[in-house]
Amino acid sequence: MKILIPFFAVIALVVIALVGAQASHALFGIWIPYAAVLIFVFGFIFKVLKWGRSPVPFRIPTTAGQMKSFAPWIKQNKLDNPSSSLGVLGRMLLEVLAFRSLFRNTKTQLYPGTKLTYGSEKFLWLGGLAFHWSFLIIFVRHFRFFMQDVPYPIQIVEHLDSFLQIGAPLLYITDVVLLGAVTFLFLRRVMMPQIKYISLPADYFPLLLIFGIGATGVLMRYFAKVPVVSVKELVMGLLTFSPVIPQGISSLFYAHLFLVSTLLAYFPLSKLMHMGGVFLSPTRNMANNNREVRHINPWNYPVHVHTYEEYEDDFREKMKKAGLPVEKE
Amino acid sequence: MATKVTTPKPDQLVTSIDFTPPKTGWMDTPTIIKPGTFCWGAKGKNLATVEFPNARDWNPSDQDWKLPENWQEIFLKGMEDLLGKYRSFKVFMDICVRCGACADKCHFFIGSGDPKNMPVGRAELLRSVYRKYFTASGKMLGKVAGARELTVDVLKELWYYAYQCTECRRCSLYCPYGIDTAEITIMCREMLNLLGLNTDWISGPVANCYMKGNHLGLEPHAIMNSIEGMIDDIETVTGVRVNPSFNRKGAEILFVTPSGDLFADPGTFTCMGYLALFHELGLDYTWSTYASEGGNFGFFTSNEMAKRLNSKIYAEAKRLGVKYIIGGECGHMWRVLHQYMDTWNGPADFLEVPVSPITGTRFDTAKVLKMIHITEFTADLIKHGKLKLDPSRNDDLVVTYHDSCNTSRGMGLLDEPRYVIKSVCNNFYEMPENTIREQTFCCGSGTGLNASENMELRMRGGFPRANAVKHVKEKHGVNMLANICAIDRATLSASMDYWVPGVRVTGVHEMVANALIMKGEKERETNLRGEPLPGKEGN
Amino acid sequence: MTLETFLSEKKPAIAEKWFHLILATYPADTSNFLKNQKDRFTNPVGHTIHQGIEEILDELIHVVDIGKVSPFLDSILRVRAVQDFTPSQAVSFIFSLKSVIREELEGDKNFAVSPGELRELDSRIDSLALASFDIFERCREKLYEIKANELRRMTFRLVQRANELGGEPDAESPPERKQ
Repeated sequence: MKILIPFFAVIALVVIALVGAQASHALFGIWIPYAAVLIFVFGFIFKVLKWGRSPVPFRIPTTAGQMKSFAPWIKQNKLDNPSSSLGVLGRMLLEVLAFRSLFRNTKTQLYPGTKLTYGSEKFLWLGGLAFHWSFLIIFVRHFRFFMQDVPYPIQIVEHLDSFLQIGAPLLYITDVVLLGAVTFLFLRRVMMPQIKYISLPADYFPLLLIFGIGATGVLMRYFAKVPVVSVKELVMGLLTFSPVIPQGISSLFYAHLFLVSTLLAYFPLSKLMHMGGVFLSPTRNMANNNREVRHINPWNYPVHVHTYEEYEDDFREKMKKAGLPVEKE
Repeated sequence: MATKVTTPKPDQLVTSIDFTPPKTGWMDTPTIIKPGTFCWGAKGKNLATVEFPNARDWNPSDQDWKLPENWQEIFLKGMEDLLGKYRSFKVFMDICVRCGACADKCHFFIGSGDPKNMPVGRAELLRSVYRKYFTASGKMLGKVAGARELTVDVLKELWYYAYQCTECRRCSLYCPYGIDTAEITIMCREMLNLLGLNTDWISGPVANCYMKGNHLGLEPHAIMNSIEGMIDDIETVTGVRVNPSFNRKGAEILFVTPSGDLFADPGTFTCMGYLALFHELGLDYTWSTYASEGGNFGFFTSNEMAKRLNSKIYAEAKRLGVKYIIGGECGHMWRVLHQYMDTWNGPADFLEVPVSPITGTRFDTAKVLKMIHITEFTADLIKHGKLKLDPSRNDDLVVTYHDSCNTSRGMGLLDEPRYVIKSVCNNFYEMPENTIREQTFCCGSGTGLNASENMELRMRGGFPRANAVKHVKEKHGVNMLANICAIDRATLSASMDYWVPGVRVTGVHEMVANALIMKGEKERETNLRGEPLPGKEGN
Repeated sequence: MTLETFLSEKKPAIAEKWFHLILATYPADTSNFLKNQKDRFTNPVGHTIHQGIEEILDELIHVVDIGKVSPFLDSILRVRAVQDFTPSQAVSFIFSLKSVIREELEGDKNFAVSPGELRELDSRIDSLALASFDIFERCREKLYEIKANELRRMTFRLVQRANELGGEPDAESPPERKQ
């Protein structure tokens, strides 16, 4: 059930787009994409503001190495236990760009006998990195559709991405990597018992959806080719707020566009918001300088305490007998 | 004559064991509260002492937990309140992608295999409730969106697993978003406390600490008495009579340590270590009977309670007019001091930046808190050659070092204690890399889980740590497990006793004092425990 | 071929089957984890069981010297003693060895075991089981001893001081101090 519901949901989305686009190009080519982008932008901002507005009462970094000590002869691990903003920036960059935490499990062990073991976390790190980076590069490559003249940097990206020089049109490595990584992440969820145990429909859905986006994209580029000029005309129309529906674009393109729209609209409502959340995680984005720089809790309030005077009242005779100094005789 | 045999198939044998694996998803598999895994319920009088709501006696193994009529409303109101107060809670409820990187990082999961003990599993127990009442998708889609109703069974499950987490933060280290299960457990326990659902082992010490100044409930004369016993023992061993002071105004330094060090072996030997060291230095310091607790069991109930207990340290420093504070060897005590104390009860502008009177070193990294860790203080002394040490007195020890969760993942105090240990003993070996420093395994009994009725749970949780100790015992002959935590000293003793007999437990300053050559000392025959020193066994 | 050589040959297969049967006594989700993680430090439970049964089988093939096999039984039972098993459940894994070996015997058409040898093997397994009961019981007793010791450690100084003040002789030392 956990897998079937999202699976059929994605199938249904594809069918809706294929059938619906026949009926109304404008709906699927213009209005749904506009709506999706609106939901994405406002939803994303709303969510981040909601998080950002909530207070951070305490400075609670998870320290992952030697702290800045009282003297320089004890060497600080400045990236894993930063004490300055620069260090925090470095830590965040490592985390966001290289998935530092997922990389952490580096230890391999010999199992009795000869079996060498490897941390499965390493595979998760590799899979996650491959997925996110190829997704980003593919996104960047799509800018050729968003701009009248293809800028030089994007040409370089395209060039590097196809350096294997296989097939015509040239095969983009990231296309293969993305589909492979999504498949890996999906299989991992299905096959590893612990992960399967905790997975929700909301975990399978985005994977299947992104697989659908990748698959329709690949189909359009290498197999059922769509007229690129017309597609660009449509996209540029959307971007310049003078939407047009050019002739000769196949339903496959509308399916691709509809899945992307779904992803955009779904994004702010879902766990995909980890993209924004990671920057706001108090265990990662704060410096471990607690004893050096004061941190203010905005809702700190006075509390009822048991004062020394009350304590002495409770124990005065015993204290005097034991020879302890007292405030009141 | 040979014969072929037929027997029941192995599977049949196995199914005859009464142990049905859950075929349903976790939301539909009810939790059974098993003896040996939980602590007794809080006593009403202890909760009432600290003005907690719904104070009553209750028993977790009873069907009826005597919940107030509107318990659900109270719990959800509390949750809403905390979501508004903590960005951490809100973000951690929203962004988990259930990648499973944390799954096998928890000592309770590793030792028990119970999937609800995976950090992500434990967090999902609460997240499912969050989704049901605080997200649009959960309200509309229910179970499909991973949401579930808050029923009495769910509440019991939350309680059961909130008290099977030691807030050690090992999972948070591996999480790509830094999601910290400790934070989630802290919130969960705070909400449960609104319903009076605390444990006896936590609420008792909290009430004690509030009224008497320390978890054990030692009254002022009993503290002095206990320390006098140590003074006698130190004199027997070294021939030097140390002379500490109590509640003395005008001392330069206030010393605060967990009360466990005052009473329970082997913590008492660590305490003798402090006493001997401070005496040797001629340090102008005082103990306090009012602020006689460094640890903070309030931290395991609610933020407010933690702050109330913690307030005594600065208040006493101010009353006595000291310049700064030194803190003893303790784990969660130092997370609380390091990450919370100044925010709660600061600014301590009546104190001065700590400066070692012996070496002149200024501890600028503690310039706001005005409190330093004793291993920082001692490491600095040793670096400057201010201590005369004879490490060979510890030659009967083959030592390894257990990093406390809180000082490693909530502070980063890793090399200071190692420097001290290596200076006072000759045989030191590290445990495997993925079990020490920031990746250290919990003792299995932190956050007030060190009761005795949950001993099975503690032993399970302590297994990964013990397993690594066993490894260095077999490989290097390790026989002493050093640490800087009072709870470790008590609970690792039990854990070693069960899993790795032959390995004993010590605080770092016990070894310091054993190696310390004191002015005017007699020729030492024994260590602080009264055991013959290496080479003196025949005497 | 003797039963001894047969068992030596089939040891890896028997060990593997037995391992899986032992893990099957854990809840499904638990046993999957125990099976799949191989690192000694990240999965000490699975590691301990795996290593323990290899050694036990080695002993079983020849003559069972309870003194020699005890540490290996101990390593497995010590874990099970803190894991929600009743005594009978905890030691049941020893008996499942009988059926594992019989399955192997049935599966091999080229070798017929003599009833005498089989009886001998059964009685060795029985003696393992009996030893396991003892060990399990010792582990449980140890747990109670630890509980009691913790209490003693906490109160020892109190009693000692009270007695000293009263001019009485020292309280009896707790176990740690005797060493």
